Amino acid sequence: MKLTGAEILVKSLEAEGVDTIFGYPGGGVLNIYDALYDCNLNHVLTRHEQGAAHAADGYARATGKPGVCLATSGPGATNLVTGLANAYMDSIPLVALTGQVATNFIGKDSFQEADITGITLPVTKHNYLVKDVKELSRVIKEAFHIATTGRPGPVLIDIPKDISATRTDFEYPETVNLRGYNPYVEAGQEQINLAAQAIAGAQRPVIYAGGGIIASHASAELKQLAELILAPVTTTLMAMGCFPENHPLSLGMLGMHGTAYANYAVSDCDLLIAVGARFDDRVTGNVATFAPDAKIIHIDIDPAEMGKNVRVDIRVLGDVKNSLARLVERVSAKMATEWQDKIARWKKEHPLSYDQKCGGLKPQYVIEQISELTKDREAKICTEVGQHQMWAAQYYTFTQPRSFISSGGLGTMGYGFPSSIGAQVGCPDATVFNIAGDGSIQMNIQELATAVQYELPVNVAIMNNGFLGMVRQWQEMFYKRRYCNVEITAPDFVKLAEAYGAEGIRVTEAAQVKPALEQAMASSKPVFLDFIVEKEENVFPMVPPGGSLNKMIGG
Amino acid sequence: MRHTLAVLVENNPGVLTRVAGLFSRRGYNIDSLAVGRTENPRISRMTIVVEGDDLVIEQVTKQLHKLVDVLKISDITSEEYVDRELMLIKVNSADQSLRAEIMQIVDIFRARIVDIGRKSLTIEATGDEGKINALEQSLRPFGIREVVRTGKIAMLRGQKSTSMESKEEE
Ligand SMILES: Cc1ncc(C[n+]2csc(CCOP(=O)(O)OP(=O)(O)O)c2C)c(N)n1
Repeated sequence: MKLTGAEILVKSLEAEGVDTIFGYPGGGVLNIYDALYDCNLNHVLTRHEQGAAHAADGYARATGKPGVCLATSGPGATNLVTGLANAYMDSIPLVALTGQVATNFIGKDSFQEADITGITLPVTKHNYLVKDVKELSRVIKEAFHIATTGRPGPVLIDIPKDISATRTDFEYPETVNLRGYNPYVEAGQEQINLAAQAIAGAQRPVIYAGGGIIASHASAELKQLAELILAPVTTTLMAMGCFPENHPLSLGMLGMHGTAYANYAVSDCDLLIAVGARFDDRVTGNVATFAPDAKIIHIDIDPAEMGKNVRVDIRVLGDVKNSLARLVERVSAKMATEWQDKIARWKKEHPLSYDQKCGGLKPQYVIEQISELTKDREAKICTEVGQHQMWAAQYYTFTQPRSFISSGGLGTMGYGFPSSIGAQVGCPDATVFNIAGDGSIQMNIQELATAVQYELPVNVAIMNNGFLGMVRQWQEMFYKRRYCNVEITAPDFVKLAEAYGAEGIRVTEAAQVKPALEQAMASSKPVFLDFIVEKEENVFPMVPPGGSLNKMIGG
Repeated sequence: MRHTLAVLVENNPGVLTRVAGLFSRRGYNIDSLAVGRTENPRISRMTIVVEGDDLVIEQVTKQLHKLVDVLKISDITSEEYVDRELMLIKVNSADQSLRAEIMQIVDIFRARIVDIGRKSLTIEATGDEGKINALEQSLRPFGIREVVRTGKIAMLRGQKSTSMESKEEE
């Protein structure tokens, strides 16, 4: 029996094991929605296509499965762009499906036509414009393969309206045949041996772990290596939770707003083992003074990352999990030395701290309370972008991979709320928080209707400081406190939540924090928690942009 | 330093945009880029001349490799190879007395005159880059109206090749 392109799409998604798609209909995808009418796929109707892309991304980060989003041609497709760029920067597996005008209308500035493959070229791992329905199932197979293998990333498939209507025979391919794409890389034994030798000779090793640990499910191997060689572990924003932060070897996050002890350790180490990380400028500060005395081992799957920003001495190219496991076999246990003492001293002398006593309610305190109340549960902590995001990274004690969901590379305000919806859809039993700022939450606040409609009990903890706080902090520190357009008003979040059919709670004092959080977590509805916090609190420590890691303000 | 890259790509729509876009996006300078199909109609070859130090060229190569449609990249800069470029050049010749001089230069460079207008001559030349540049220089005093160059194409000398079957360099 011959199937339409739309039916083939649905059958192919089922064959890939997709259970949920996040989407928004329109003229260009009417055929596809008609096919969805008859199938068992769970479709979540967001209130904006950007929300659909971020929700699919949050779903992917929370579950480890690829996220799928769907939008119509033209404006629907262009609304996905930020979501794709966000997933691309953080290497998140996503398959985006877009409708396109019929093939004979392409290139004629037709109604709701946008060259979405052209537009998304720089922000996708690969993309396709399907011009023959016979190619459709192969393209879908390839798209999922490319999105989920090697260094993961988003793939877009643009499907013209006549293609989704045309019928052909359907058979889902079992294998892919892509000559130019060879994602399965195993590190050479020689490189593993070199790395093992360097470890054996090191006096002051540090492990710098990135999102690749989470992508390749390598937390267990990372822990084995760290414990074997007694190397302290610092993680990037993308890797929070891949190494338990209550472990004695944990240094927390490094970089611009990292812990002082992580930054000191990296600056002082004689061997830096970078695993699944990419030496982002927010991590390294001034590259010329980054880990100046260290030999650097870089373990990663993407050859283009090796030596891109920082000189690397030993390159271990291959899947991180496999490389770590083999490295563990090759290294012998190390004894504690002065190095571990030195780190313990740094931890004691330079802990993360804030002044609890002066001023109003402290956002750091709120986050500590969220951490405390969720520590024995399966929790997914999403964030928006700004000061609250950094405080979440600093003051929440992450112990599980995939428990921290945040826009790292692109720094997308408006990411957190839809991603928390995706995370809750993917993990219905988890306690989900979106830690937000009063600025960021207003960027995709319309998704509250989605959360209410699908009865997703996400908790949105707004650190309401009346400012675009992070920008204000930079204006305070680097622009002589000339505050320009950083004061921001907001609706009454409690009333707003109620208007949407959600719950709203306002908190102004420290004593109310715990009961409010408990009430929110007990509620079966989405809850907006409006924490009225100290207005001009700053995030410290801070490495000024382009500065050296060991020269922190407030370290 | 300038490097010559021989790149084999799937002959898919959009592949040129993908490659060109990568260069501009990452701030690499393309000196020239020539594309055409190969002995296999499903595979196209790009000869890309790119300026950059070793680090830049390493990045260019690795980033290109990440494109799904890119099948093979060979940096042939330090190999023995033959390279050619085709140039069409239109030169002022309103002053009849100078025509002989132009024709002499054309002869020396083994170029050809392919069109004669009332006030101009159109010359075709092929050769390696050095020769093409030298010819352009020599004709400059007469007044150049238009230059069209194809960009360089290159092939390894002797038994070696950069086709799909031959082993990867590096
Ligand atoms: C889409 C987008 N626009 C602008 C920015 C620049 N930006 C970074 S942080 C920030 C302020 C965020 O304010 P808010 O959400 O209130 O959080 P706070 O810093 O106060 O915690 C801005 C405007 C951004 N990251 N993303």
